[in-house]
Amino acid sequence: MAVRKNKVSWKRDFQRNYQLYLLLLPAVLSMILFNYLPMYGIQIAFKDFKPIKGIWGSEWAGLKWFRRFWESYQCLDVISNTLILSIALLVCTFPIPILFALLVNQYKNGIFRKTLQTVSYAPHFISTVVMVGMILMFLSPSSGLYGSLAKVAGFEPRNVMGDSALFRPIYILSEIWQQTGWDSIIYIAALSAVDVDLYDAARVDGAGRLKRILHIDIPALRDTAVVILILRIGNIMSLGFEKTYLLQNNLNLGTSEIIATYVYKIGLTGTPQYSYSAAIGLLNSLVNLILLIAFNKISKRISGSGLW
Amino acid sequence: MREKTVEIGLYGIGVIFLIIILYPLYFIVIASVSEPSAVLAGEVWFYPRCITLDGYRELLKNEKIWTGYRNTVFYTIVGTTVSMLVTVPAAYALSRRDFKGRKPFMMFFLITMFFNGGLIPTYMTVTKTLHMGDTFWVMLLPFCVNVFNLIIMRTFFESSIPQELWEAAQLDGCSSIYYLGRVVLPLSKAVLSVIMLYYVVAKWNEYFTALIYIRNNRLIPLQIVLRDILIQNESMASNMMGAEAIEAAKKANLIKYSSIIVGTLPMMILYPFLQKYFEKGVMIGAVKG
Repeated sequence: MAVRKNKVSWKRDFQRNYQLYLLLLPAVLSMILFNYLPMYGIQIAFKDFKPIKGIWGSEWAGLKWFRRFWESYQCLDVISNTLILSIALLVCTFPIPILFALLVNQYKNGIFRKTLQTVSYAPHFISTVVMVGMILMFLSPSSGLYGSLAKVAGFEPRNVMGDSALFRPIYILSEIWQQTGWDSIIYIAALSAVDVDLYDAARVDGAGRLKRILHIDIPALRDTAVVILILRIGNIMSLGFEKTYLLQNNLNLGTSEIIATYVYKIGLTGTPQYSYSAAIGLLNSLVNLILLIAFNKISKRISGSGLW
Repeated sequence: MREKTVEIGLYGIGVIFLIIILYPLYFIVIASVSEPSAVLAGEVWFYPRCITLDGYRELLKNEKIWTGYRNTVFYTIVGTTVSMLVTVPAAYALSRRDFKGRKPFMMFFLITMFFNGGLIPTYMTVTKTLHMGDTFWVMLLPFCVNVFNLIIMRTFFESSIPQELWEAAQLDGCSSIYYLGRVVLPLSKAVLSVIMLYYVVAKWNEYFTALIYIRNNRLIPLQIVLRDILIQNESMASNMMGAEAIEAAKKANLIKYSSIIVGTLPMMILYPFLQKYFEKGVMIGAVKG
């Protein structure tokens, strides 16, 4: 079958499957217009882009913008803020859905299990804007839960959102609250594929609950976990712009200014510096791509499974 | 005996989880109908105090929230339709093993997941080349294909619909498009519902695209209105003083709580209906392309 397939010429295939090409057309067009066409615009990162001259007409500037970023005082801050936040986020949010799935898998009572699952998905459907709005309201020292709690407990509430040391914990904890349930679905599904006989056999052999989790459940989750981990590492530099930007204020900028928000600010607000912003954006995408390829290789070597 | 204790302990942990997830949501509900001064004084914890619907009344007087709601409903319905109409046929074409373009086109889509033009080049393309900036088109057309969703759907078509079915239909002279409509789609309700839900949620919660491309107040989606209310404190005028300012602050808080409910309720009602498909949808997605 495979051999025969390769022998069909493109012309033959087009004649025979022209309907399939037709079905692909809208998606391909959309990708060309909105994903590939912008790639042509990346060249402005190497140019002195002037809107009147257009992309093609602007003069080449070599690595000027990359050098400028490298020499700017924000460079190290922005890069380290991005890395610290995303690595901390990965470390904290990667294992929790796995633990949650293991817990859910322990419940034999179907109604309890279902309820817990349904409820745990709810936060995922809250938009980033509303999520940040909730955080700001709950943590407001004058109103909201934190303020009330301070009154009851008798301590002086602080401006939590204005403390740059607390930006990361707030970001990460709220992320855990919002995504744990949703992220655990895939692990719960993997666990439900485990043969029930395996548990019974283990029980007969005298394996306790912990032993069963250790020797049946965790191995069942390994492959899934590896794939998710690579995907997450590959996206480590593309940390969510929306949430960070919305949580930002002048007081917490020291830890909350990340590459994505910086690129947005210099590129699209105030006096836009298109070329400079595009250069930083490109740098970011490249690092991301390299990380993804590298980790895919590593994972293939270690565990035999990767993304491609 | 020991097993019994562990069992109870596990259910105890589960209940704690339930409370942690539900309480913030529950608090917003009760705070949205309570007298704001009671909320401010920290008297509202487990049930509403001095029930009032002023927050909702005030919110519904706000013209912007109506505009935002109307726009978002439009963007969600039309945007999801466009996305489905583009994604489903492409996913089907890519699932056909006798299609020579399968591999190269798959690569064509996959590349965009790992590399893109970046914010500025994309912005320039959309506004300068395609002239879509500040029009409703920008909320519907760009990025209407989510490659993740495309892969999930393709994998479903590939693995859940027997190849022999197509071979038999082909012998009967059935065309690809007819086969897709008459055989594949009726067999794929599960994956179609999940992907549709993904698109609906994404469109309903869309904020970034509007932030970047929409300036016209008549085109803004709900999320931008919510941002103005929740994060930029728009209902508070900065020049207010003393008692007037305190009153305004109370009212603003009440409006915030009610706007969260009004903005989030549709999604909260929608998702439990489709929940039975989640596991399937996510699981198919994990089978690598």
